[in-house]
Amino acid sequence: MIPAEFDYELAESGEHALQLLEQHGDEAKLLAGGHSLLPLMKLRLATPSMLIDIGRLDDMSYISDDGDAIAIGALTRHEVVEGSDVLKEHCAIVAHTAGEIGDRQVRHFGTIGGSLAHGDPASDLPTVMLALDAQVVVRSSSGERTVAANEFFTGLFETALGPTDLLTEIRVPKLTGGWSYQKFHHRAQDWAIVGVAAVQRNGGASVALTNMGEVPLRASGVEQALASGNDAAAAAEEAAENTSPPSDPFGSADYRRALAKVLTRRALQEAMGR
Amino acid sequence: MRRISLTVNGVQHEGMVEPRQLLVYFLREQLGLTGTNVGCDTSTCGACTILVNGNAAKSCTLLAVQADGAEITTIEGLASNGEMHPLQKAFHENHGLQCGYCTPGMIMASLDLIANNDDLNDEDVRIGLEGNLCRCTGYQNIVKSVQQAAGEMRSPAST
Repeated sequence: MIPAEFDYELAESGEHALQLLEQHGDEAKLLAGGHSLLPLMKLRLATPSMLIDIGRLDDMSYISDDGDAIAIGALTRHEVVEGSDVLKEHCAIVAHTAGEIGDRQVRHFGTIGGSLAHGDPASDLPTVMLALDAQVVVRSSSGERTVAANEFFTGLFETALGPTDLLTEIRVPKLTGGWSYQKFHHRAQDWAIVGVAAVQRNGGASVALTNMGEVPLRASGVEQALASGNDAAAAAEEAAENTSPPSDPFGSADYRRALAKVLTRRALQEAMGR
Repeated sequence: MRRISLTVNGVQHEGMVEPRQLLVYFLREQLGLTGTNVGCDTSTCGACTILVNGNAAKSCTLLAVQADGAEITTIEGLASNGEMHPLQKAFHENHGLQCGYCTPGMIMASLDLIANNDDLNDEDVRIGLEGNLCRCTGYQNIVKSVQQAAGEMRSPAST
Protein backbone atom coordinates (compact mmCIF):
# COMPACT_ATOMS: atom_id res chain seq x y z
CA MET A 1 0.00 0.00 0.00
CA ILE A 2 1.41 3.35 -1.04
CA PRO A 3 0.19 6.71 0.28
CA ALA A 4 -1.27 9.25 -2.15
CA GLU A 5 1.24 11.81 -3.43
CA PHE A 6 2.26 14.62 -1.13
CA ASP A 7 4.97 17.24 -0.79
CA TYR A 8 7.44 17.06 2.06
CA GLU A 9 9.24 19.67 4.14
CA LEU A 10 11.71 18.98 6.91
CA ALA A 11 11.25 21.39 9.82
CA GLU A 12 14.57 22.58 11.20
CA SER A 13 13.17 24.18 14.35
CA GLY A 14 9.88 24.70 16.15
CA GLU A 15 9.72 28.21 14.65
CA HIS A 16 10.30 26.79 11.18
CA ALA A 17 7.52 24.24 11.73
CA LEU A 18 5.13 27.07 12.71
CA GLN A 19 6.09 29.08 9.60
CA LEU A 20 5.48 26.05 7.40
CA LEU A 21 2.10 25.52 9.07
CA GLU A 22 1.18 29.18 8.43
CA GLN A 23 2.18 28.74 4.81
CA HIS A 24 0.35 25.48 4.13
CA GLY A 25 -2.48 25.57 6.71
CA ASP A 26 -5.19 23.00 6.38
CA GLU A 27 -3.49 21.11 3.54
CA ALA A 28 -0.59 20.10 5.76
CA LYS A 29 -0.16 17.46 8.46
CA LEU A 30 2.68 17.28 10.93
CA LEU A 31 4.74 14.09 10.82
CA ALA A 32 6.34 13.10 14.14
CA GLY A 33 7.07 9.35 14.41
CA GLY A 34 4.45 8.67 11.75
CA HIS A 35 3.24 5.45 13.33
CA SER A 36 -0.37 6.61 13.56
CA LEU A 37 -0.45 8.86 10.50
CA LEU A 38 1.37 6.75 7.90
CA PRO A 39 -0.91 3.70 8.32
CA LEU A 40 -3.93 5.97 7.67
CA MET A 41 -2.18 7.52 4.66
CA LYS A 42 -1.38 4.08 3.26
CA LEU A 43 -5.08 3.21 3.49
CA ARG A 44 -5.77 6.64 1.94
CA LEU A 45 -8.03 7.50 4.84
CA ALA A 46 -5.76 10.53 5.23
CA THR A 47 -4.53 12.34 2.12
CA PRO A 48 -2.66 15.47 3.20
CA SER A 49 -0.99 17.25 0.29
CA MET A 50 1.93 18.33 2.47
CA LEU A 51 3.79 16.60 5.29
CA ILE A 52 5.86 18.76 7.62
CA ASP A 53 8.39 16.46 9.28
CA ILE A 54 9.07 17.53 12.87
CA GLY A 55 10.64 14.17 13.73
CA ARG A 56 14.15 15.60 14.02
CA LEU A 57 13.40 18.41 16.49
CA ASP A 58 15.36 16.79 19.29
CA ASP A 59 14.85 19.76 21.63
CA MET A 60 11.18 18.75 21.82
CA SER A 61 12.13 15.41 23.37
CA TYR A 62 12.57 15.67 27.14
CA ILE A 63 11.06 14.67 30.48
CA SER A 64 11.65 17.12 33.31
CA ASP A 65 10.56 17.60 36.91
CA ASP A 66 8.83 20.97 37.08
CA GLY A 67 7.91 21.10 40.76
CA ASP A 68 4.21 20.25 40.89
CA ALA A 69 4.15 18.63 37.47
CA ILE A 70 6.26 16.55 35.12
CA ALA A 71 6.77 18.18 31.72
CA ILE A 72 7.07 15.84 28.75
CA GLY A 73 8.21 17.16 25.37
CA ALA A 74 5.74 16.30 22.61
CA LEU A 75 8.34 14.46 20.55
CA THR A 76 9.41 12.12 23.34
CA ARG A 77 9.27 8.58 21.98
CA HIS A 78 7.10 5.99 23.75
CA GLU A 79 10.23 3.96 24.48
CA VAL A 80 11.76 6.90 26.38
CA VAL A 81 8.53 7.60 28.30
CA GLU A 82 8.32 3.91 29.19
CA GLY A 83 11.86 3.90 30.61
CA SER A 84 11.79 7.30 32.35
CA ASP A 85 12.88 7.17 36.00
CA VAL A 86 11.27 10.56 36.70
CA LEU A 87 7.91 9.29 35.46
CA LYS A 88 8.26 5.94 37.21
CA GLU A 89 8.77 7.82 40.47
CA HIS A 90 6.13 10.54 40.12
CA CYS A 91 3.55 9.45 37.55
CA ALA A 92 4.16 5.78 36.88
CA ILE A 93 0.86 5.24 35.05
CA VAL A 94 2.23 7.23 32.10
CA ALA A 95 5.44 5.17 31.85
CA HIS A 96 3.50 1.91 32.27
CA THR A 97 0.91 2.80 29.64
CA ALA A 98 3.53 3.96 27.10
CA GLY A 99 4.98 0.45 27.44
CA GLU A 100 1.58 -1.04 26.55
CA ILE A 101 1.45 0.72 23.17
CA GLY A 102 2.04 -1.39 20.05
CA ASP A 103 5.32 -3.27 20.21
CA ARG A 104 9.04 -2.48 20.58
CA GLN A 105 9.37 -1.41 16.96
CA VAL A 106 6.40 0.96 17.21
CA ARG A 107 7.57 2.39 20.56
CA HIS A 108 10.95 3.25 19.04
CA PHE A 109 9.24 5.74 16.70
CA GLY A 110 5.82 6.72 18.06
CA THR A 111 5.73 9.90 20.16
CA ILE A 112 3.52 11.01 23.04
CA GLY A 113 2.52 14.22 21.25
CA GLY A 114 1.70 12.36 18.06
CA SER A 115 -0.44 9.92 19.99
CA LEU A 116 -2.49 12.73 21.57
CA ALA A 117 -2.72 14.88 18.42
CA HIS A 118 -4.01 11.92 16.41
CA GLY A 119 -7.17 11.82 18.54
CA ASP A 120 -7.87 8.11 18.13
CA PRO A 121 -10.34 6.99 20.84
CA ALA A 122 -8.79 3.49 20.78
CA SER A 123 -5.41 4.81 21.78
CA ASP A 124 -4.16 4.45 25.37
CA LEU A 125 -2.36 7.66 26.36
CA PRO A 126 -5.30 10.02 25.72
CA THR A 127 -7.35 8.11 28.32
CA VAL A 128 -4.56 8.32 30.86
CA MET A 129 -4.18 12.06 30.22
CA LEU A 130 -7.91 12.51 30.78
CA ALA A 131 -7.81 10.58 34.08
CA LEU A 132 -4.82 12.69 35.18
CA ASP A 133 -6.37 16.04 34.14
CA ALA A 134 -3.14 16.62 32.21
CA GLN A 135 -2.41 19.92 30.46
CA VAL A 136 -1.48 20.11 26.80
CA VAL A 137 0.74 23.01 25.73
CA VAL A 138 0.06 24.31 22.22
CA ARG A 139 2.03 26.87 20.21
CA SER A 140 1.06 28.79 17.12
CA SER A 141 2.54 31.89 15.51
CA SER A 142 0.17 33.98 17.64
CA GLY A 143 1.50 32.56 20.92
CA GLU A 144 1.26 29.74 23.41
CA ARG A 145 -1.80 28.38 25.22
CA THR A 146 -2.58 25.50 27.53
CA VAL A 147 -5.52 23.20 26.95
CA ALA A 148 -6.89 20.86 29.63
CA ALA A 149 -7.13 17.21 28.59
CA ASN A 150 -10.92 17.25 29.05
CA GLU A 151 -11.18 20.00 26.41
CA PHE A 152 -8.52 18.63 24.08
CA PHE A 153 -10.27 15.60 22.57
CA THR A 154 -13.22 16.97 20.62
CA GLY A 155 -14.30 14.15 18.29
CA LEU A 156 -13.26 11.06 16.34
CA PHE A 157 -9.69 11.85 15.23
CA GLU A 158 -10.37 15.48 16.16
CA THR A 159 -8.73 17.61 18.81
CA ALA A 160 -8.60 21.23 19.91
CA LEU A 161 -5.54 21.69 17.68
CA GLY A 162 -6.16 24.10 14.82
CA PRO A 163 -4.49 23.86 11.41
CA THR A 164 -1.58 26.11 12.42
CA ASP A 165 -1.04 24.71 15.93
CA LEU A 166 1.94 22.74 17.17
CA LEU A 167 1.55 20.58 20.29
CA THR A 168 4.79 21.16 22.20
CA GLU A 169 4.47 19.74 25.71
CA ILE A 170 2.31 17.60 27.98
CA ARG A 171 2.19 18.34 31.70
CA VAL A 172 1.12 15.58 34.09
CA PRO A 173 0.62 15.94 37.85
CA LYS A 174 2.76 14.14 40.39
CA LEU A 175 0.79 11.27 41.91
CA THR A 176 0.92 10.08 45.47
CA GLY A 177 -1.91 7.55 45.28
CA GLY A 178 -2.43 4.27 43.46
CA TRP A 179 -3.12 3.83 39.76
CA SER A 180 -3.95 1.23 37.15
CA TYR A 181 -4.33 0.96 33.39
CA GLN A 182 -6.25 -2.11 32.23
CA LYS A 183 -5.98 -2.82 28.52
CA PHE A 184 -7.89 -5.66 26.89
CA HIS A 185 -6.73 -6.52 23.42
CA HIS A 186 -6.80 -9.26 20.87
CA ARG A 187 -3.35 -9.89 19.40
CA ALA A 188 -0.43 -8.91 21.63
CA GLN A 189 0.35 -5.58 19.98
CA ASP A 190 -3.20 -4.49 19.13
CA TRP A 191 -5.22 -1.43 20.00
CA ALA A 192 -7.39 -1.73 23.08
CA ILE A 193 -10.83 -3.26 22.54
CA VAL A 194 -11.55 -1.42 25.79
CA GLY A 195 -9.11 0.21 28.21
CA VAL A 196 -9.62 1.72 31.66
CA ALA A 197 -7.39 4.15 33.56
CA ALA A 198 -7.93 4.62 37.29
CA VAL A 199 -5.98 7.06 39.42
CA GLN A 200 -6.34 7.89 43.12
CA ARG A 201 -6.15 11.67 43.44
CA ASN A 202 -7.34 14.45 45.72
CA GLY A 203 -8.97 12.01 48.11
CA GLY A 204 -11.05 10.42 45.34
CA ALA A 205 -10.56 8.44 42.18
CA SER A 206 -10.49 9.50 38.53
CA VAL A 207 -11.55 6.90 36.00
CA ALA A 208 -11.38 7.19 32.21
CA LEU A 209 -12.24 4.83 29.36
CA THR A 210 -10.53 3.93 26.06
CA ASN A 211 -12.59 3.06 22.97
CA MET A 212 -16.01 3.50 24.59
CA GLY A 213 -17.06 6.43 22.37
CA GLU A 214 -15.74 8.90 19.82
CA VAL A 215 -13.35 10.39 22.36
CA PRO A 216 -11.77 9.08 25.55
CA LEU A 217 -14.44 9.39 28.26
CA ARG A 218 -14.43 10.12 31.98
CA ALA A 219 -16.49 7.52 33.83
CA SER A 220 -18.18 10.12 36.02
CA GLY A 221 -20.86 7.66 37.18
CA VAL A 222 -18.15 5.46 38.64
CA GLU A 223 -16.38 8.42 40.24
CA GLN A 224 -19.64 9.60 41.86
CA ALA A 225 -20.52 6.12 43.09
CA LEU A 226 -17.12 5.86 44.76
CA ALA A 227 -17.49 9.33 46.26
CA SER A 228 -20.81 8.30 47.82
CA GLY A 229 -19.18 5.37 49.54
CA ASN A 230 -19.69 2.42 47.19
CA ASP A 231 -16.94 -0.17 46.94
CA ALA A 232 -15.00 -0.82 43.73
CA ALA A 233 -17.22 -3.66 42.56
CA ALA A 234 -20.45 -1.66 43.04
CA ALA A 235 -19.02 1.53 41.51
CA ALA A 236 -17.70 -0.36 38.46
CA GLU A 237 -21.30 -1.28 37.56
CA GLU A 238 -21.71 2.37 36.44
CA ALA A 239 -18.80 2.17 33.93
CA ALA A 240 -20.90 1.90 30.77
CA GLU A 241 -23.21 4.77 31.70
CA ASN A 242 -23.30 7.53 29.02
CA THR A 243 -20.94 5.67 26.70
CA SER A 244 -21.42 4.93 22.99
CA PRO A 245 -18.93 2.17 22.20
CA PRO A 246 -18.37 1.04 18.61
CA SER A 247 -19.19 -2.42 17.26
CA ASP A 248 -16.50 -4.03 15.14
CA PRO A 249 -15.16 -7.54 14.43
CA PHE A 250 -13.39 -7.52 17.83
CA GLY A 251 -16.54 -6.92 19.83
CA SER A 252 -20.10 -5.62 19.77
CA ALA A 253 -21.10 -2.48 21.66
CA ASP A 254 -22.81 -4.68 24.29
CA TYR A 255 -19.66 -6.75 24.72
CA ARG A 256 -17.66 -3.55 25.22
CA ARG A 257 -20.13 -2.30 27.84
CA ALA A 258 -19.76 -5.54 29.76
CA LEU A 259 -15.98 -5.40 29.37
CA ALA A 260 -15.84 -1.80 30.61
CA LYS A 261 -17.46 -2.85 33.90
CA VAL A 262 -15.10 -5.78 34.42
CA LEU A 263 -11.98 -3.76 33.56
CA THR A 264 -13.11 -0.83 35.72
CA ARG A 265 -13.51 -3.16 38.69
CA ARG A 266 -10.03 -4.59 38.09
CA ALA A 267 -8.54 -1.13 37.61
CA LEU A 268 -10.10 0.23 40.81
CA GLN A 269 -9.02 -2.79 42.82
CA GLU A 270 -5.47 -2.55 41.51
CA ALA A 271 -5.29 1.23 42.02
CA MET A 272 -6.59 0.94 45.58
CA GLY A 273 -4.17 -1.88 46.36
CA ARG A 274 -1.08 0.00 45.13
CA MET B 1 11.77 13.91 -5.86
CA ARG B 2 14.22 14.31 -3.02
CA ARG B 3 17.78 13.16 -2.70
CA ILE B 4 18.51 10.98 0.32
CA SER B 5 21.76 9.56 1.54
CA LEU B 6 21.97 6.71 4.00
CA THR B 7 24.30 3.95 5.14
CA VAL B 8 22.98 0.44 4.64
CA ASN B 9 24.99 -2.45 6.07
CA GLY B 10 28.06 -0.22 6.21
CA VAL B 11 27.79 0.95 2.60
CA GLN B 12 26.89 4.54 1.74
CA HIS B 13 23.99 4.86 -0.71
CA GLU B 14 22.34 7.83 -2.37
CA GLY B 15 19.00 7.79 -4.05
CA MET B 16 16.24 9.98 -5.46
CA VAL B 17 12.89 9.21 -3.89
CA GLU B 18 9.34 10.46 -3.99
CA PRO B 19 8.37 11.62 -0.48
CA ARG B 20 5.74 8.86 -0.37
CA GLN B 21 8.29 6.12 -1.05
CA LEU B 22 8.30 3.72 1.91
CA LEU B 23 11.68 2.70 3.27
CA VAL B 24 11.05 -1.01 2.70
CA TYR B 25 10.44 -0.44 -1.02
CA PHE B 26 13.51 1.76 -1.29
CA LEU B 27 15.59 -1.08 0.18
CA ARG B 28 13.98 -3.79 -1.93
CA GLU B 29 13.48 -2.06 -5.24
CA GLN B 30 16.16 0.60 -5.43
CA LEU B 31 18.94 -1.15 -3.54
CA GLY B 32 17.90 -4.70 -4.46
CA LEU B 33 18.01 -5.83 -0.82
CA THR B 34 15.07 -8.22 -0.99
CA GLY B 35 15.90 -10.04 2.25
CA THR B 36 13.57 -7.65 4.06
CA ASN B 37 10.05 -8.95 3.41
CA VAL B 38 6.75 -7.12 3.24
CA GLY B 39 4.15 -9.17 5.11
CA CYS B 40 1.02 -7.41 6.27
CA ASP B 41 2.05 -3.92 5.11
CA THR B 42 0.15 -2.49 8.09
CA SER B 43 2.90 -2.42 10.77
CA THR B 44 1.41 -5.47 12.46
CA CYS B 45 3.45 -8.53 11.42
CA GLY B 46 7.04 -7.34 11.73
CA ALA B 47 8.37 -9.20 8.65
CA CYS B 48 9.85 -5.89 7.43
CA THR B 49 11.81 -5.23 10.65
CA ILE B 50 15.24 -3.64 10.16
CA LEU B 51 17.51 -1.60 12.42
CA VAL B 52 17.49 2.19 12.05
CA ASN B 53 20.36 3.71 14.03
CA GLY B 54 20.39 0.51 16.07
CA ASN B 55 16.65 0.49 16.87
CA ALA B 56 14.32 -2.16 15.46
CA ALA B 57 11.82 -0.51 13.13
CA LYS B 58 9.03 -1.61 10.82
CA SER B 59 10.26 -0.39 7.45
CA CYS B 60 6.76 -0.51 5.94
CA THR B 61 5.78 2.32 8.29
CA LEU B 62 8.69 4.66 7.64
CA LEU B 63 9.21 6.94 4.69
CA ALA B 64 12.56 6.69 2.97
CA VAL B 65 12.97 10.45 3.55
CA GLN B 66 12.68 9.85 7.30
CA ALA B 67 15.76 7.63 7.05
CA ASP B 68 17.86 10.28 5.32
CA GLY B 69 21.24 10.25 7.05
CA ALA B 70 20.46 7.11 9.07
CA GLU B 71 22.48 3.96 9.59
CA ILE B 72 20.42 0.98 8.47
CA THR B 73 21.07 -2.68 9.08
CA THR B 74 19.13 -5.34 7.17
CA ILE B 75 19.32 -9.13 7.31
CA GLU B 76 21.90 -9.00 4.49
CA GLY B 77 24.26 -7.15 6.81
CA LEU B 78 24.53 -9.88 9.45
CA ALA B 79 26.73 -12.60 7.98
CA SER B 80 30.40 -11.75 7.68
CA ASN B 81 32.99 -13.44 5.47
CA GLY B 82 30.53 -16.19 4.65
CA GLU B 83 29.99 -16.96 8.35
CA MET B 84 26.42 -16.82 9.59
CA HIS B 85 25.63 -14.48 12.48
CA PRO B 86 24.96 -16.37 15.77
CA LEU B 87 21.24 -15.58 15.38
CA GLN B 88 21.15 -16.99 11.85
CA LYS B 89 23.06 -20.06 12.99
CA ALA B 90 20.76 -20.57 15.99
CA PHE B 91 17.57 -20.29 13.88
CA HIS B 92 19.10 -22.82 11.45
CA GLU B 93 20.13 -25.27 14.15
CA ASN B 94 16.94 -25.09 16.23
CA HIS B 95 14.36 -25.22 13.45
CA GLY B 96 13.55 -21.60 14.27
CA LEU B 97 11.88 -21.27 10.89
CA GLN B 98 9.41 -23.25 8.84
CA CYS B 99 8.41 -21.28 5.73
CA GLY B 100 10.98 -18.60 6.56
CA TYR B 101 8.92 -15.56 5.61
CA CYS B 102 8.94 -13.98 9.07
CA THR B 103 12.56 -14.95 9.74
CA PRO B 104 14.45 -11.83 8.59
CA GLY B 105 12.15 -9.69 10.75
CA MET B 106 12.37 -12.13 13.69
CA ILE B 107 16.15 -12.05 13.53
CA MET B 108 16.42 -8.26 13.26
CA ALA B 109 13.96 -7.74 16.12
CA SER B 110 15.87 -10.31 18.21
CA LEU B 111 19.14 -8.52 17.52
CA ASP B 112 17.69 -5.29 18.95
CA LEU B 113 16.18 -7.19 21.90
CA ILE B 114 19.45 -8.95 22.82
CA ALA B 115 21.50 -5.76 22.41
CA ASN B 116 19.26 -3.90 24.86
CA ASN B 117 18.76 -6.58 27.53
CA ASP B 118 21.52 -8.25 29.48
CA ASP B 119 19.38 -11.02 30.81
CA LEU B 120 16.41 -12.46 28.93
CA ASN B 121 14.17 -15.26 30.12
CA ASP B 122 11.76 -17.02 27.76
CA GLU B 123 8.90 -14.74 28.80
CA ASP B 124 11.01 -11.63 28.01
CA VAL B 125 11.75 -13.03 24.55
CA ARG B 126 8.06 -13.71 23.90
CA ILE B 127 7.06 -10.21 25.00
CA GLY B 128 10.04 -8.65 23.22
CA LEU B 129 8.97 -10.27 19.96
CA GLU B 130 5.26 -9.37 20.30
CA GLY B 131 5.57 -7.24 17.18
CA ASN B 132 6.60 -10.19 15.02
CA LEU B 133 4.09 -12.79 13.87
CA CYS B 134 4.91 -16.29 12.61
CA ARG B 135 1.99 -17.80 10.67
CA CYS B 136 3.63 -21.25 10.87
CA THR B 137 3.26 -20.83 14.68
CA GLY B 138 6.83 -21.87 15.26
CA TYR B 139 7.28 -19.71 18.35
CA GLN B 140 8.66 -22.48 20.56
CA ASN B 141 11.76 -22.94 18.44
CA ILE B 142 12.08 -19.22 17.74
CA VAL B 143 12.38 -18.58 21.47
CA LYS B 144 14.89 -21.43 21.74
CA SER B 145 16.92 -19.96 18.86
CA VAL B 146 16.98 -16.48 20.37
CA GLN B 147 18.09 -17.86 23.73
CA GLN B 148 20.91 -19.87 22.16
CA ALA B 149 22.10 -16.87 20.15
CA ALA B 150 21.85 -14.55 23.16
CA GLY B 151 24.10 -16.88 25.13
CA GLU B 152 26.57 -17.10 22.29
CA MET B 153 26.61 -13.36 21.61
CA ARG B 154 27.35 -12.60 25.29
CA SER B 155 30.18 -15.06 25.68
CA PRO B 156 31.68 -15.55 22.24
CA ALA B 157 34.80 -17.11 23.77
CA SER B 158 32.89 -20.15 24.97
CA THR B 159 31.68 -21.14 21.50
